[in-house]
Amino acid sequence: MSAFIQEHGLLFGWLTVIGQIMLFTIVLLLSLAFLLLMDRKVWAAVMMRKGPNVVGPFGLLQSFADFGKFLLKEIIIPAGANKTVFLLAPILSLTLAFAAWAVIPVAPGWVVSDLNVGILYLFAVSSLGVYGIIMGGWASNSKYPFLGSLRSAAQMVSYEVSIGFIIITVILLVGSMNLSDIVSNQSSGFWSWHVFSFNHVLLFPVMLVMFVMFFVSALAETNRPPFDLPEAESELVAGYQVEYSSTPYLLFMIGEYLNIVLMCAMMTILFLGGWHGPIPLGEDFVANFPLWVVNLGHLAWFMAKVVFFFFLFALVKAVVPRYRYDQLMRLGWKIFLPTSLAAVLIVSGYVVYMGVQA
Amino acid sequence: MELIAFYILAAIVTVSAVCVIAAKNPVHSVLWLILTFFTSAGLMVLIGAEFLAMLLVVVYVGAVAVLFLFVVMMLDVDFVELKQGFLSYLPFGALVGLAFIAEIALATFARGADADSFNPYPGAENNAEAIGQVMYTDYLLLFQLSGLILLVAMIGAIVLTLRHKPHVKRQNIAHQTARRRKDAIRRIDVKSGEGL
Repeated sequence: MSAFIQEHGLLFGWLTVIGQIMLFTIVLLLSLAFLLLMDRKVWAAVMMRKGPNVVGPFGLLQSFADFGKFLLKEIIIPAGANKTVFLLAPILSLTLAFAAWAVIPVAPGWVVSDLNVGILYLFAVSSLGVYGIIMGGWASNSKYPFLGSLRSAAQMVSYEVSIGFIIITVILLVGSMNLSDIVSNQSSGFWSWHVFSFNHVLLFPVMLVMFVMFFVSALAETNRPPFDLPEAESELVAGYQVEYSSTPYLLFMIGEYLNIVLMCAMMTILFLGGWHGPIPLGEDFVANFPLWVVNLGHLAWFMAKVVFFFFLFALVKAVVPRYRYDQLMRLGWKIFLPTSLAAVLIVSGYVVYMGVQA
Repeated sequence: MELIAFYILAAIVTVSAVCVIAAKNPVHSVLWLILTFFTSAGLMVLIGAEFLAMLLVVVYVGAVAVLFLFVVMMLDVDFVELKQGFLSYLPFGALVGLAFIAEIALATFARGADADSFNPYPGAENNAEAIGQVMYTDYLLLFQLSGLILLVAMIGAIVLTLRHKPHVKRQNIAHQTARRRKDAIRRIDVKSGEGL
């Protein structure tokens, strides 16, 4: 058997990777169906409505019904549209949204690719997401989508800057760009999580502010309310996706929501200790259980934190009114950029003079 | 395995680079350019420069090319006019291209083409560290000078374009946020039948 594996090692490795990718994709899509429902339910609850409650018990199957509806409708391509780019845009947006998940570690060692520069890869891939939107808006050959995509591109590029600086503060504290390293730096209970960072008490106010800023920037980066100006329906009908229908629209929407969940996962990993519970159980206690049980427990913590952030995203959508575009740009460039830059200075000074890393 | 990956990526880079200049629609040109950038990042990963590859994607694909696309999309391009004068520019273009190839060849032959010779710090743990050593320790002064030059260029661009027209209504954020309820709302008891 081992000889067989050695002989076919390459093939075996490929099959494992493909299996992992399939597993990630299926689990993500399934959980996305219920997260979408949760988004609508939370939104409804704030407005004292019931939300979707017809398809399945408590409306649990609503997303699947919507899915079927999207697939069965006719794909309409506008006559003046640039057909190739028009269809390429949603595909690109979905592919990139999935590609980013390749480096997300959900439990110790449970990751498709444990990249050395994982956080940089995430940043790169999420900064590519803007292309789906620009291409879709331009290829539609129509004014509203074009304006929406221009707004969206400017917004995403602006907030990437502050997100980048905030990520740098975390990298400085950890001393590594590997996502698993970043998580294991926060392994000793909730006081070591980067939100609080009580083991570097002087940095507590800085990192707390960074965490809040990351959350707000994540809202802007994913075009969520209160920063959903690219699709402001009172001004632009529905922004860059006006001309899209049926499956291409579905791809755009899944991509958008996957990016939101990705941002939740990033916040979990960077600031909230990833897969670690708030109080460490102690190695002696953990050693009583088989490894896969322990890992499932870690996975449960990870998912609970991601769902918590998704709940916050949904709540913000329901509670906060939309920003004006000049206010959005002002917040990004004049407030977030200087603050995060100052935080990078403070944290790097602390790291150098207190000798956090070797 | 690596060789196969190299040839696939190299083929895509070459084809898309040719398409950049061959595409009739300028927006398509920029999209091909983005594919070229992205694939060359893949090539960099192959020689083990993953940090540089990610930076290429973040900076060039994620930011610079977006602005490119922005500008090109908003240009009002006349396709017929664009094609004129191709032949008169051809010799000059060929000259620039030749000079470029000569420079790359010179650099490659001078240093030797194996991947190790491109590693500036063989002792460094990873490439982020190696680049950090070179940029922020060995050549700190040059790095800061180039930053200063960019700052001057940026200030210059702002000074050239910034002008305040007298009769344009502007948003004064401090004024807006300082506004309180009592400045904006008055309560009036309206007697019935009289109106305001």
